[in-house]
Amino acid sequence: MTLVDAIRFPGTYSGVRWSRFGRRWVSPLLLLALWELGGRTGVIPARVLAAPSAVAATFWGMVASGELPSNLGVSFLRVAAGLAIGVAIGTALALTAGLSRLGEDAIDPPVQMLRTLPVLALSPLFIVWFGIDETPKIALIALAVTFPIYLNLFSGIRSVDPKLIEAARSFGVRGFDLIRQVILPGALPSFLLGLRFALAVAVLVLVVAEQINAQAGLGYLINNARDFLRTDIIVVCLVIYALLGLGADGLVRAIERRALAWRPSFLKA
Amino acid sequence: MSHPAVRPTSVSKPSADAAIGLPTVEVKGFHRRFGDVVVLQDLDLRIEQGEFVALLGRSGSGKTTLLRTLAGLDSAEGQSVRTPSARAVVFQEPRLLPWKSVWRNVTLGLAGGDPRARAEAALGEVGLDHRANVWPRTLSGGEAQRVALARALVREPRLLLLDEPFASLDALTRIRMHDLVLSLWRRHAPAVLIVTHDVDEAITLADRVLVLDGGRIAAEERIDLPRPREVGAGFQAIRRRLLGALGVEHAAPGEPRAAAPPPLVPFPVREVQA
Repeated sequence: MTLVDAIRFPGTYSGVRWSRFGRRWVSPLLLLALWELGGRTGVIPARVLAAPSAVAATFWGMVASGELPSNLGVSFLRVAAGLAIGVAIGTALALTAGLSRLGEDAIDPPVQMLRTLPVLALSPLFIVWFGIDETPKIALIALAVTFPIYLNLFSGIRSVDPKLIEAARSFGVRGFDLIRQVILPGALPSFLLGLRFALAVAVLVLVVAEQINAQAGLGYLINNARDFLRTDIIVVCLVIYALLGLGADGLVRAIERRALAWRPSFLKA
Repeated sequence: MSHPAVRPTSVSKPSADAAIGLPTVEVKGFHRRFGDVVVLQDLDLRIEQGEFVALLGRSGSGKTTLLRTLAGLDSAEGQSVRTPSARAVVFQEPRLLPWKSVWRNVTLGLAGGDPRARAEAALGEVGLDHRANVWPRTLSGGEAQRVALARALVREPRLLLLDEPFASLDALTRIRMHDLVLSLWRRHAPAVLIVTHDVDEAITLADRVLVLDGGRIAAEERIDLPRPREVGAGFQAIRRRLLGALGVEHAAPGEPRAAAPPPLVPFPVREVQA
């Protein structure tokens, strides 16, 4: 079977037909089986990487003891607080800069300069300013979230079709009504794209921020597990981080399906 | 240009202007320039109440500039431009807000009354009342432009401005739109100014066709043909004169051009502008 055939007849291998969905599960499951086999036979020692079955057992144990839910709750609250603050600040800045030239000239230059800073490099400064409790962690997440929200919403506001604005004006829609009925709905797709970036970066910054002298949270669990070479706990926490990212993405998708129901990509579905 | 087309209007709203017979639009000595380019200069225009006027011109002749001025989209400060405040525009593109349902687009910017009922009535007039609740992106090009017409009509304008509204529609849809516009015009009797580059469209629709050239009205043609208008001898004579005014020499069927030898294959003559 040539490459061209594979492109032309996807889903066929030498005459054998597989469902595309089923086929894509084969290699991940095979890797998992190899990982388990490696653990059982001792090829992969537990202090290098715990076997999947051990990870699963540890997971149930941590859920049953309440250790995982309580620490997950702490981490979740950190992300939620950082997101809320960052989205609010980013939105306020983008509205001010997007809706007035004066606002743009005042806000855009400093924001564009600050966004070139890697946010995580600011953590020493934040510790000096805010100490080592919750404040620097939430502040780091909030700062990291501000930029994608600002950049996307600002460009969204500025790229609303001027012909639509002109038409609405000609029908007597002006001032605040114009912003509410035309400009903000037109910028909403860009805002939601920014929100998606924001959620991804929020989880990323959470991971690092939680390493700052944490007394609770997923990062605290990982730090503790590292000290006791508990790779099973570390893997459990990594999986939780991945699920957090996945859940955040699903959340924005759900919002998009509702708020952007008018878009052709959703109309077909 | 001095005497308006006499046309019985079934619906005419009483107004001060109507009582004393003032024209709906009156522009005197209008000029407009963009930088060093003079687009319009010393332009006079009068549109009577309920009159259907078509404005022809080459690209860049200032047709759209003039329409935008009459629509109030461009400022005409300090110039003699008189238009009614009840005016509405249908643009070349439908320009519907994609995030508002069709009926909410129709009532955009309207205050008071029962907006839903007014929108449905207007949509009914363009044959789209069954599409009131859908998203604009699900409409075909012709449907979207009919919604744009309904959005203009629901405001009961005394001046309806159409900026090449059918230019991007296919030929069959365009013929249907012509009939629709004429029937709506008869029922509501607004003054209409349609900007187009399609000579046949202008002759089919208007009471009076103006040709814009060199920044002013360069030619004027009153169309007295009975509606609905078919392409006949009178139609072709008018078309030839208008094309001449636009700088296009065009042979009528069976009438070879005087200067050129007759072509071996008959030159296809446009019966319906495609």
